[in-house]
Amino acid sequence: MEAMDSRAVQHDVADSGQVEKEVLAFLEAQTKRSWDPQVDLFASGGLSSMFAMQLVVHLEQTYRISIRGADLRLDNFRTVTRMVALVQRLQGAQ
Amino acid sequence: MNIESGERITVVGAGVMGVGIATLALSRGLPVLLIDVDHVGLEDARSRIEGELRMAQLLGGLPEDAVTGPLETATTTAGAGAATIVIEATTEDLEIKAKVLAELSATVRPGTPLVSNTSSIPIDELAGYAQRPHEVVGTHFMNPPYLIRTVEVIRGARTGEDTMLSLNRCLAALAREPIVVADAPGFVTSRVLHPMINDAARIVQEGTASVEAVDTLMENCLGHRTGPLRTADLIGIDNLVDSLWVLHERTGDDGCRPCDLLLEKVRLGHHGRKSGRGFYEYAN
Repeated sequence: MEAMDSRAVQHDVADSGQVEKEVLAFLEAQTKRSWDPQVDLFASGGLSSMFAMQLVVHLEQTYRISIRGADLRLDNFRTVTRMVALVQRLQGAQ
Repeated sequence: MNIESGERITVVGAGVMGVGIATLALSRGLPVLLIDVDHVGLEDARSRIEGELRMAQLLGGLPEDAVTGPLETATTTAGAGAATIVIEATTEDLEIKAKVLAELSATVRPGTPLVSNTSSIPIDELAGYAQRPHEVVGTHFMNPPYLIRTVEVIRGARTGEDTMLSLNRCLAALAREPIVVADAPGFVTSRVLHPMINDAARIVQEGTASVEAVDTLMENCLGHRTGPLRTADLIGIDNLVDSLWVLHERTGDDGCRPCDLLLEKVRLGHHGRKSGRGFYEYAN
């Protein structure tokens, strides 16, 4: 029974490699350039910080999570890796 | 809540700037009455304000432990009688602003500043439509108001000292920094920026460079935080064109005549960020 429960939980949390691939694809479609998962998207020469809200809405809708309170800060969206970690943490907490 | 400041702000016009200014005031704990002509628009504004408050939080524009003020909406100006300050942010059109200021002037308590948030119409032209012209003063908040701390304030020829003091108190409660300038078409920021954006669009129209190339050069070579064409999207290209016509009519400067590319974008409904598409595309 325990093993089944843990499988059920894992099923609700998207695979991190898959999330990373999807977020990178979304970024590429929106910005018409490719990104490294570790790169600071909002550093000089990068994206406008206003774009971060589009990332918030996209992640919320795609992964059925709600990002609010202390989680709603630009640092959580600075790199694809951080966004993946946020998605996994919020999905796990549901 | 920031009740101790005692400010009660009425905002007229639930467009981009009205919503932005309401968001700023709410984020500082102040009560806001938002007035526009129809219920549907106001319901939409309520959800846009929620989104803007999230944006403010995301980008660090909210004070720590912020408790937002209460928002009321109305389709008539009657409630403005209880305001300590009224900010009109209606369409950049003299007739519309004149009508709204005349109506507000008949509603507010004498001594209440009537602030016109305009990007280019001279304040003294507007003051003539109020019952007490000394109560009329101009502000030019930048978009988004909750992230840009500095506000251009325009003192008209007839703007009274008490009006300036009341506006300064309100801006202090909003944690904004006023820079006061004299009255003229476009004041400082629009007089400089809007013809520049017009030129940037004309450069794209003539095929000299792409939208991205223009913005990247202005950002990375000249140190502009946001390129001129992305700024146009943020202002709203319809509003920018209205403002350019105001400038053109009043200065005679042909550099202010909106170029064909801007006019075409307005015709196609590509108004910028708020409509999902302008010089760039936006997902939401």
